Amino acid sequence: MTLRDTTTATINRRDFVKELLAQSPDALVVTGLGSPTYDVFAAGDRDKNFYLWGAMGGAALIGLGLALAQPEKQVVVVTGDGEQLMGIGGLATIGAQQPKNLTIVVLDNGHFGETGMQRSHTSLGTSFAAVARACGIANAFEVHEAKDVAQVTENIHQRAGVTFVQVFVKADDLPRALPSRDGVYVKNRFRQELGFAPL
Amino acid sequence: MSEEQPHSPWQEDIFNVLKQGKIRQVAYVPDAGHAHVIRRVHADPDMRGIVLTTEEEGVAIASGAWLGGDRSALLMQSSGVGNCINMMSLLQSCRFPFLSLVTMRGEYAEFNPWQVPMSKATQGSMELMGITVLRAERADEVEDIVSAALDAAFEGGEQVAVLLSQSLIGRKKWIRN
Repeated sequence: MTLRDTTTATINRRDFVKELLAQSPDALVVTGLGSPTYDVFAAGDRDKNFYLWGAMGGAALIGLGLALAQPEKQVVVVTGDGEQLMGIGGLATIGAQQPKNLTIVVLDNGHFGETGMQRSHTSLGTSFAAVARACGIANAFEVHEAKDVAQVTENIHQRAGVTFVQVFVKADDLPRALPSRDGVYVKNRFRQELGFAPL
Repeated sequence: MSEEQPHSPWQEDIFNVLKQGKIRQVAYVPDAGHAHVIRRVHADPDMRGIVLTTEEEGVAIASGAWLGGDRSALLMQSSGVGNCINMMSLLQSCRFPFLSLVTMRGEYAEFNPWQVPMSKATQGSMELMGITVLRAERADEVEDIVSAALDAAFEGGEQVAVLLSQSLIGRKKWIRN
């Protein structure tokens, strides 16, 4: 077993996400269950955000359905290593579709932060960006420094090919920032932003 | 191309209902009973066939598609329903319209007993997750029932599955001649 030393990570997840979204004001954002939902909300509530409070393993695939439906829009999934691990097969599904406008950002602290900071597979041997590449997502890379957020936003803006980004973040237990848990409200608000009326 | 493959008229009926019902994204884990629709979807420039590694991915895709204004359908066989259970919370929590067509195994001239337990639990487990379950037994009722399910989903905002009886598909040949 190869243990990854997660104490050397330097990126503050809140700051990284805040900068990512500040530079991508037009992006439609889907957040994965747990800390990524809090990180995105802490950066400022937006009607273009769809927050998940469940559906573990589904964030990137919600992003896929959305990206295929809205090919002219930038679609960004912000999720964590635990959430994406549960949907790891979905990377193969996304690789088969190649949605040009989809960027998956995994905030990887190598742990299950919500449940007591148990180590996850990404600090026990799984190389996530390599998995994504092996699933046909050619543009898959790691980010180790906060300044490289610009590389991520550039990919988001270009919509030139599906992108997977593994961001090595500190395994901090940050204060929770809680968006609405009313899924119907968040759904209708999001759709209204795109010009769709409720039923 | 797809016309050259053998298929039953009810399978073409399903494709036509999906097409006329403006379904754009069709996610699936393959089954022989769905093979014709899958071929037709991939050949249609207005539709997108999305092959899945496991069925719950299709529940998430359907939700994302609706967020973006697309109608979608999930095709699977009965054994796949069990894989979807927790992800179906998403449908209820957000009240996403949902349409699934499920080919049944394990209920009619089944050779493989491993198909039977999930087959017996298919309807009940979906109903426990709040999904309305319809069933088509005869070829001449498939079109009408699938069309009703599609309207209930995308006009009424319901979550609906149609079970396609194994007797529609017929006996699976296990010995190749």
